[in-house]
Parts: sequence; structure tokens; C-alpha cells
Amino acid sequence: MNIIRLVSDYAIPVIILLILITGLCRNVKVYDIFVEGAKDSITTVVRIIPTLVGLFVAIGVFRASGAMDLLVFAVRPIARLFNIPSEVIPLVLLRPVSGSASLALVSDMLKTFGPDSFIGRVVSAIVGSSETIFYVLTVYCGAVGIKRIRHTLLAALMASGVGTVVSVWICTLIFRS
Amino acid sequence: MMNYIWFGMLIFGFITGIINGRMDEVTNAIIASASDAIKLSINLLGIMCLWTGLMKIANESGLVKNIASLMKPFIKVLFPGIPSNSPAAGAIVMNLVANILGLGNAATPFGLKAMEELQKLNPRKHTVSNDISMFLVINTASLQLIPTSLIALRAEAGSANPVEIIGCIWIASACAAITGVIATKILSSTRKTGKSRKGAKKIERAAKNEYYKISV
Repeated sequence: MNIIRLVSDYAIPVIILLILITGLCRNVKVYDIFVEGAKDSITTVVRIIPTLVGLFVAIGVFRASGAMDLLVFAVRPIARLFNIPSEVIPLVLLRPVSGSASLALVSDMLKTFGPDSFIGRVVSAIVGSSETIFYVLTVYCGAVGIKRIRHTLLAALMASGVGTVVSVWICTLIFRS
Repeated sequence: MMNYIWFGMLIFGFITGIINGRMDEVTNAIIASASDAIKLSINLLGIMCLWTGLMKIANESGLVKNIASLMKPFIKVLFPGIPSNSPAAGAIVMNLVANILGLGNAATPFGLKAMEELQKLNPRKHTVSNDISMFLVINTASLQLIPTSLIALRAEAGSANPVEIIGCIWIASACAAITGVIATKILSSTRKTGKSRKGAKKIERAAKNEYYKISV
């Protein structure tokens, strides 16, 4: 399983090199274009600040008051059924609904459990391998006026469920051996 | 929906805080969380600037288009209902590539364009066609090469190796995407015949009525 760790370590430098070399070979002014592109992120990040403040406060209150422990305790039987640590269930519930809310929750969980703990790794894998299903469906179907989505939601939730179970399984395999 | 979740979390948190006698911790959490949100945004900004800058280079050099043309053959298999000369295929490919490269802002316009083109080929305008369903499911399976914001979160939380999780994410998302594709293919083929086809005219009529109602 060392190969998966190796791939993880090399992924970012290799992609960056590939982009830069292709750019240079095709006469792109790499640095100028880089700076120009980097500017675009500033507006994006500034735009999500208000959302993040609201969600961070809600999650902070939810955890500090002990409500999070209650929720984790309540869903324990379901979590055990699928062999998922019950601490990650709040994320599994929130993830399909809102991207920025799960970003805030992941940040909170990584700080609580530690990013290099087993739970921290499982949380990372789950959030990295899933999407805001309800948001995507609402935006895209709403844009063209579709009202009946037939089996789409079922298939998307099945995919997301498999992603979650595999995340737990692969983290156990790689980091717990 | 977020209105209810946000309100619910706060009110449920306050009530549990009162019952548990933890209101001092709750108060501290409110103040600390608000400033944590700003710290996180600043941390995110760094890696996101780096990534969009690099992607701009990939875009200018034509690398994005090259990747898109490599993916064209998959489109034929996944979306059998699209004629080869339809602009839908191009929009779908560009949407998928933008998603894979983590260009969230660029992915949505391509996605909307793809939906418009797919809708032109859709005989029942208020119901998803098999191709639209496939497109939506692939879009809800997260296919991202480098999960940039997650890595920033892990680094901020003090991880010794923030990127070590990438391999796991690739495997988990590949499994999720394959499940989604197979589930969609099976579900759309079992539902094509029988119920939905018989009811198609009825639905179409109902949809038309609904359309008029809205437009009036």
C-alpha cells in the first residue's frame, strides 16, 4: 500500500511541472499568466467569508454545547451497521446539502480530532470524494425547468454512499496497518 | 433548506447548552468561531490563488482542451443519446475537465450550457432524459484531481503530511463514480420500458398544462 502514499506525495509537484512545461513549450508567459489567474481567487474567497462566519458560529455552538455528542450518540447504531465511525456521521448528513457548511464542519472536525488521526483522515477522504448532491441537482434542473428527476437522486445517493464506505475501508487499509 | 439547518443547529445548541450547563463554553465558542472563519478564509486564499493561477496557464497553453479531447471517447459510451455533431458533447467534456481540475467557477457555466444542449434533445421537457440523468450523476460524484481546499484545511489544522490523503480520495471517488454510472444505466434501462413509456403521453400533457399555468 506504499504506492498509494507515494502517488499522494508526487501528485501536486508532477501536475505543476506538467502545466509549467507545456506552458513554456507553447510560448505562454507563464509567470504573467499565473499572477493574472491567481487574482481570480480573491473575489471567490472574499465572497464566501460571510457564509463561513455564520456556519462556523453555528457549528461552534453545536459542538461546545454538547449537542454534537448527542447527535453522534443517536446515530451510533446506523453508523455501526455500515462500519463507519459514528463521529463522521454529522458530515455525511451535511455534505449533500451544503458545500460551505461541510467545509466549516470539516475544519472543526480536523481541529477536534487532529488531521492525522484515523477520524481526521476518514473525514478528509469522505469530503474529498463527495459532492453537494442537492445543490447540483437544484441548480442544473432549475436552470432548464426540469421538475421530475426520476432515478437521478437515488443513483447519486448510492454513489455517495459507496464513496463513504470505501473511504473508511481504504483509510483502515492504508493507515491502520 | 440551509435556513432551517442553520437555525436548527443554533437553537438546538443553545438548548443543549442550557441543559448541560455549558453556556460559558457556548459563549466562548461563538466568539472564537467567528474569528476562526476569517483565519480559515485567509489560509484558503493562498492555495486557491496558487491553483487558479496554474490553471490559467493550463488554459492558455491549450492543455485543458487537450485533456478534453482525450475524454471524448468516454462521452459516446456514457451518453448514447447524443448525436456526434451535437454541441452537448463539447459542453459536457469541458464541464467534466473543469471539475477534475478543480475549476469550480468555470465548471458551472459549462454545466449549464451542457444542460441546455441536452434539454434540446430531451423529448419530455419537464422530466430528465437518460442522458441528463447520467450527466447529473457524474456531476454529483466528485471527480477532482487535487482537492485544494481540503489540503489547505488539513495544513491549517497542523497535519504532518496534508497531501497523504489524495490517493485514498482518488480511489473512493472512482468507486463512487463507477457506482453512479452503473446505477444510472441499470435504473434507466429498467424504467425505460413499461411504466414510464406508457405514462409518457400523460406526463407530457400534464407538463404542458403546468407550463401554461406558469406562463399565464
